[in-house]
Amino acid sequence: MRALEAVTRYEVVVGLEVHAQILTQSKMFCGCSTDYLTAPPNANTCPVCLGLPGSLPVINRRAVEATIRTALALNCEIPEFSKFDRKNYFYPDLPKGYQISQYDLPFSRNGRLEFDLNGEAKRCGITRVHLEEDTGKLLHEGAIHEAQASLVNFNRAGVPLMEIVSEPDLRSADEAREYVMRLRAILQYIGVNGGDMESGQLRCDANVSLRPAGQTEYGTKVEVKNMNSFRAIHRAIEFEIGRQTEVLDAGGRLAQETRGWNDARGLTVSQRSKEYAEDYRYFPEPDLPPLDVSREWVAQIRAGLPELPAARRERFMTRFGLSPYDASLLTSSKTMAEFFEETVRLGAPAKAAANWILGDFSRLLNADRKEIDEASIKPVHLQQLISLIDSGAITGKMAKQTFDAMYRAPDPGPALEAARGSTQISGDAELDRIVVQVIAENAKSVADFKAGKGQALKFLIGQGMKISKGRANPQRLDALLREKIS
Amino acid sequence: MKLYQRTIRELHQMLIDREISSVELTDAVLNQIDLVGDKTKAYLLVTRELALRQAQAADERLRAKRDVRPLTGIPIALKDVLCVRDVASTAGSKILGGFTPPYSATVVERLEGEGAVFLGKTNCDEFAMGSSNENSGYWPVHNPWSLDRVPGGSSGGSAAAVASGEAIAALGSDTGGSIRQPAALTGIVGMKPTYGRVSRYGLIAFASSLDQIGPMTRDVADGALLLQAIAGNDPRDSTSSSRPVPDYLATLTDGVKGMRLGVPKEYFVAGMEPAVEQSIRDAIRLLEQQGASIEEVSLPHSDVALPAYYIIAPAEASSNLARYDGTRYGFQAGGGRNLIEEYMLTRQQGFGAEVKRRIMLGTYALSSGYYDAYYLQAQKVRTLIIEDFKKAFEKVDALLGATSPTAAFELGAKTQDPVAMYLNDIITIPANLGNVCGISVPCGLVDGLPIGLQVIAPGFGEEVALRVAYAFEAATEFHRARSPLMGAAA
Repeated sequence: MRALEAVTRYEVVVGLEVHAQILTQSKMFCGCSTDYLTAPPNANTCPVCLGLPGSLPVINRRAVEATIRTALALNCEIPEFSKFDRKNYFYPDLPKGYQISQYDLPFSRNGRLEFDLNGEAKRCGITRVHLEEDTGKLLHEGAIHEAQASLVNFNRAGVPLMEIVSEPDLRSADEAREYVMRLRAILQYIGVNGGDMESGQLRCDANVSLRPAGQTEYGTKVEVKNMNSFRAIHRAIEFEIGRQTEVLDAGGRLAQETRGWNDARGLTVSQRSKEYAEDYRYFPEPDLPPLDVSREWVAQIRAGLPELPAARRERFMTRFGLSPYDASLLTSSKTMAEFFEETVRLGAPAKAAANWILGDFSRLLNADRKEIDEASIKPVHLQQLISLIDSGAITGKMAKQTFDAMYRAPDPGPALEAARGSTQISGDAELDRIVVQVIAENAKSVADFKAGKGQALKFLIGQGMKISKGRANPQRLDALLREKIS
Repeated sequence: MKLYQRTIRELHQMLIDREISSVELTDAVLNQIDLVGDKTKAYLLVTRELALRQAQAADERLRAKRDVRPLTGIPIALKDVLCVRDVASTAGSKILGGFTPPYSATVVERLEGEGAVFLGKTNCDEFAMGSSNENSGYWPVHNPWSLDRVPGGSSGGSAAAVASGEAIAALGSDTGGSIRQPAALTGIVGMKPTYGRVSRYGLIAFASSLDQIGPMTRDVADGALLLQAIAGNDPRDSTSSSRPVPDYLATLTDGVKGMRLGVPKEYFVAGMEPAVEQSIRDAIRLLEQQGASIEEVSLPHSDVALPAYYIIAPAEASSNLARYDGTRYGFQAGGGRNLIEEYMLTRQQGFGAEVKRRIMLGTYALSSGYYDAYYLQAQKVRTLIIEDFKKAFEKVDALLGATSPTAAFELGAKTQDPVAMYLNDIITIPANLGNVCGISVPCGLVDGLPIGLQVIAPGFGEEVALRVAYAFEAATEFHRARSPLMGAAA
């Protein structure tokens, strides 16, 4: 509510910094495995990622490739010359006392991400995509400030991490959330990131400021951290807009500071102000020579890019006649788009497939926090269910119940069969009437069958299915038709 | 002559002739360490058992005539900045007390492959920061030529060990003269290879863009042999060069006839001892007599090399040394009420004064608002120095000068004046900044104390520097002089 009012008097300005772990087998500067979620603590470490004295980093070329791939998918320029820098600060999860990152010569800059929101075209500039290493993870005994002991797990230290920095081009919490969703889809499409926000594969910080409508200079910006879901991003920005509006309305001044989002309490809390801001003392990493990014290499990476969400969305609209809204939603996730295409390929009408996937299916998946490829329902099951409805065999209401049952079962097959079976006409008296009607209405086909044309019988069975609205048992129809005709 | 007084090549011959065993040789050197170690304090750790085990293995190799290499069975000392698997490695610092690396430096692995024998870890200025070895976190090293004098630094322990017979040869590291200056002050040969020639993997870093490991030996040929063993590309060090390593011994004795040798006028600095200058002038004349043409050249930015170095090296060091916070290995102060306090206590107590001075210098130079004026400016100066050398090497094949402006000074003489101490390295530092190589070879005694002639050659021109140094050595007897502690050659 407060956020809505703000839009009228103040213009909202949001820029996002998204950190995305790169899906490589080995870490950024050593050969250790990147598996930090399932491995025992500190199992995947070595002198390099532990920062032991005398150890030296060696660049993981695949991580560089993934960064350039991402940058190209975001329409960035790729300079021919790039280098790594050291970002210096002390923290127990940072074993070297500095993070190898990129400062003034990142792998890419000047890109853009275009999307539509409620039918309106949006464009957000991408300042840069750069590459760095992730830190270890701290585990505190109790709350951080009261903990008597803290443990460090360095399995995550050195995992390749991309930072994707946007321009302050976003004008609402809705736009910001949509931007991150689109970005996540792109990263998944090109296979560089897992997309899971809760486990930290994808992290987002937001710079939020307000300025009086019509003013060109930006207002004081506040950095909001610790948002672990799309919902959190949206809520945190909404909250910040409200908070900042109140301060400004009361004639106050905003502090340039970092605030953390507290999801449970639904508010942001000040973490540190600019006066205590760290001086990271960036300087060129002397252990790594600068990199020449050859044009051939960039061309090769560009050639390997798959169809991106925007192109797929266009295709879904033109080829399947989907609405822009449906096409956007379906292509926001690679797995969902693939599920949809496969269902249609198996014979389901596109609109029906889209409705099911975006409706009941998404509702159930969201409730379970699951991805579509984790569900037991596969495209073939959905296609069969849709065909049962289309043939009139089951009602819409039954279909919904059936879908729920299919979704809950480890194997959707029995639920689907049960739906089919429960409505089948098995009484011979009713079937007899149908067969009589079919024979009466299709004299030519009956004659053809008698003349030995086997094809004709198939047609007659089909007619019987149609009259029964799909409820007849085709095997029984076959037997009865043969009996009556001969 | 005692075994510990001999060169690698002499001993190699004796080993392959079965005149001596490596165990006998190792014993002889270990005995000498027992005898004079208390006087020089050259070692921080003597790895007696490891040495004897390696000597036995080398003897088996020699007996079976299997894969016998020039260094097989030769007792060598390692500067404490080099990591050796399962051997305490402290870089001369209290803050690394108790640290035992689970890995070895690439150069250590290469020497192991050669079948060399490791005598132990030699003392040095803490994190290689110093020119007198008085900044060791443990104890100072004494010059075997005169025990009240410094051996130079930072590789003072390695230098003193070779000069006192406590090692046949040693490895040092050179960031701003730390091999060449102590070599000159102890009357041995020391070489700083071109940056990238030798892998830095496992070298506890001081200044990553300047550090280079090199040989410290009795004579030039031994230096060539030891360099041959450690040089070459290493996939674990991205800054190591993939250029092929030439056969240094093949051209060693080619002489200087027809060579053009340059004498940078800027290298005759104010404050240079007249006797040192005289010795250098004599050395130049001698090389001219050997058939080299001598010409004066100019390296116009030499005077700003020292200030640039004291920005770049501390800046890198301030970052390289950030990892020593007491939480994972080495010294931990304990008693801090929170994380920051614990960091501060550990670093206050674990680092010595000079290290802290450089961390502060470097931190300041990299700070926001000062970066352009200091670090960036220093990098520009570095580029000018690189250009100076390039221009000079268009005209000449190698450069000649002193290694150090003075002979060894007394312990304590310069400890109260950091800048006076820094001036020791005024003619060695440009080679580190300029990405070229340099070697120091004994060129005389001043009041009974050795001094060195420095030969600087272009980047990856180690064979040129070695050849000039060898020609000088072959025409002189300076390298045969032995420190009183080592004893006169019989």
